[in-house]
Amino acid sequence: MQNQPLTIAGRTFQSRLMLGTGKFASGDLMRDAIVASGTEIVTVALRRADLSGKGDPFANILDYIPKDILLLPNTSGAMNAEEAVRLARLAVAAGLPNWVKLEIHPDPRYLLPDPIETLKAAEVLVKEGFIVLPYINADPVLARRLQDVGTATVMPLGSPIGSHQGITTRKQIEIIITQATVPVVVDAGIGAPSHAAEAFEMGADAVLVNTAIAIASDPARMGIAFKMAVEAGRAAYEMGLAESSTEATATSPLTTFLYQS
Amino acid sequence: MERFASLLEVKTPAQLEAMAREARTLTRRNFGRTMRMFAPLYVSNECVNNCSYCGFSRDNTSIMRVTLTIDQVVKEARHLVDQGFRNILLVAGEHPKFVSNGYLEECIRAIRDFVPTIGIEVGPMEAPEYERMVQAGCEGLVVYQETYDREIYKDMHTAGPKKDFDWRIACPERGYEGGFRRIGIGALFGLSDWRLEALRLAAHLEHLNKHCWKAWFTVAFPRLRPAAGGFQPMTDFPDWALVQTICAFRLVFPEVGIVLSTREPAPLRDALAPLGITSMSAGSHTEPGGYTGAGSDDLHQTVKGRRVDLTERDDKAKAEGQFGIADERSPAEVAAMLSKQGLDAVWKDWDASILSAA
Repeated sequence: MQNQPLTIAGRTFQSRLMLGTGKFASGDLMRDAIVASGTEIVTVALRRADLSGKGDPFANILDYIPKDILLLPNTSGAMNAEEAVRLARLAVAAGLPNWVKLEIHPDPRYLLPDPIETLKAAEVLVKEGFIVLPYINADPVLARRLQDVGTATVMPLGSPIGSHQGITTRKQIEIIITQATVPVVVDAGIGAPSHAAEAFEMGADAVLVNTAIAIASDPARMGIAFKMAVEAGRAAYEMGLAESSTEATATSPLTTFLYQS
Repeated sequence: MERFASLLEVKTPAQLEAMAREARTLTRRNFGRTMRMFAPLYVSNECVNNCSYCGFSRDNTSIMRVTLTIDQVVKEARHLVDQGFRNILLVAGEHPKFVSNGYLEECIRAIRDFVPTIGIEVGPMEAPEYERMVQAGCEGLVVYQETYDREIYKDMHTAGPKKDFDWRIACPERGYEGGFRRIGIGALFGLSDWRLEALRLAAHLEHLNKHCWKAWFTVAFPRLRPAAGGFQPMTDFPDWALVQTICAFRLVFPEVGIVLSTREPAPLRDALAPLGITSMSAGSHTEPGGYTGAGSDDLHQTVKGRRVDLTERDDKAKAEGQFGIADERSPAEVAAMLSKQGLDAVWKDWDASILSAA
């Protein structure tokens, strides 16, 4: 039996794995990883793309993304709402989709997202008809504020970008999942397939992975490893995992005496 | 800083190897298998300072000098863009008469439409002047302290505004106030004890990380190269010490950018590329007009701040370079070398449209 598909803003995807495109050793390796991972949504930093429409051979990252993949432009590099909004508009003007992964991280050391600017930008972009997928810290109130504004997903981080620490924000993400009315995509910090599986077992709707696949010695093979982990974690969630317990089940029941006459 | 200091202590080859491996892992995790490419574009070699180690010093009255016209700057920039560069660092000596802030602003405005990333490495300015540069479309500022040893700094900088150590050390913060978001700091290695220099540079970086939290910092460890005037390095900074310095910075500051110029020879650059370096120049010229020959018809000498025209023209004459280049490979050759090592040369990593250039 197949896992349920993922629906974002009315569009359906079979794969629940999103891929980032930074950090690969070459465009060819990136394309191979995209294909092998089965992903249907790929995010690209607009600052690395050619927005002039002149086909710059030295900024041709978009050429390596297969045409049937949904391109999700991201606003990485923007430090405030104004810059992010400007980038998103430019992307559309350059012929890219009106989907945007809203990323505003003014701190270049940990790349943690700015909640205030993100909310401000989301308000503007949603009003302008963009399909907004905001990258946020694992803050349940912010997640609710954003879904109230009309974002298509929320994308809480598991741990800082590129850190490979896994889901260190687990408790907060659990609250976000419980409250969400839009898909929850765990983004950042997923350094191993087991981290991805964990996100799905918790009930996340999708994950976004970049560094762990991009810097692997064989990115395509690592893409497959993540694909399997995503499918396994999601399948387990759909079936319902057995509750775990720290104690063994008592072999001699303690309350049967109640029913003995 | 304690960890940084301990990483600079004497290491066995095995310990250094372990540091290098960890540095490579951290670099990959933070920057991926990529290398950002940039090129310096020298617009003028006029200077009012006397810096003992620099060919542009004002007392080197015999050298050929020139300040490129705006059209010539555009010509040089177009040449670099044709080679692939999308990140250009405008470099000039400090000379308010020949290299005014208005001139620099004009240079930026003239190339910003076809160069996505523009940085400057020029004489220090006040914060409002830096803001003008940012408004014009400039995103990066490079200013090296040269040496963090006050005594040696005094001995090396004998004339001109650069004599003021404190004015220079506050530059990155003024640049941040002016709106720069990419700021490069560094020291010239070969002037004082390398361990102390590296330690002070790290302390400066730590201070800036705390106080200028929205800026991304890069560091560089340029080693003194022969320059006009015949200055020789005063202290030793061997290859192993450079490796140890790079690794120490990477281990303690995993997200700092580390820049390597063409003043180092090709084999060493190849070996350092995966260790912690995140930005490289290639095919560089350190003389104004070096890429296209622009400005060669305007060469002159400068004596006491006044232009002295040449009595005889020499068609082969070139403007003086700031320092010698050791890696003369073309940008394409360097990109091919990186690719062989599993590193992708990234030419464009910024879009000028992010800034609302006025």
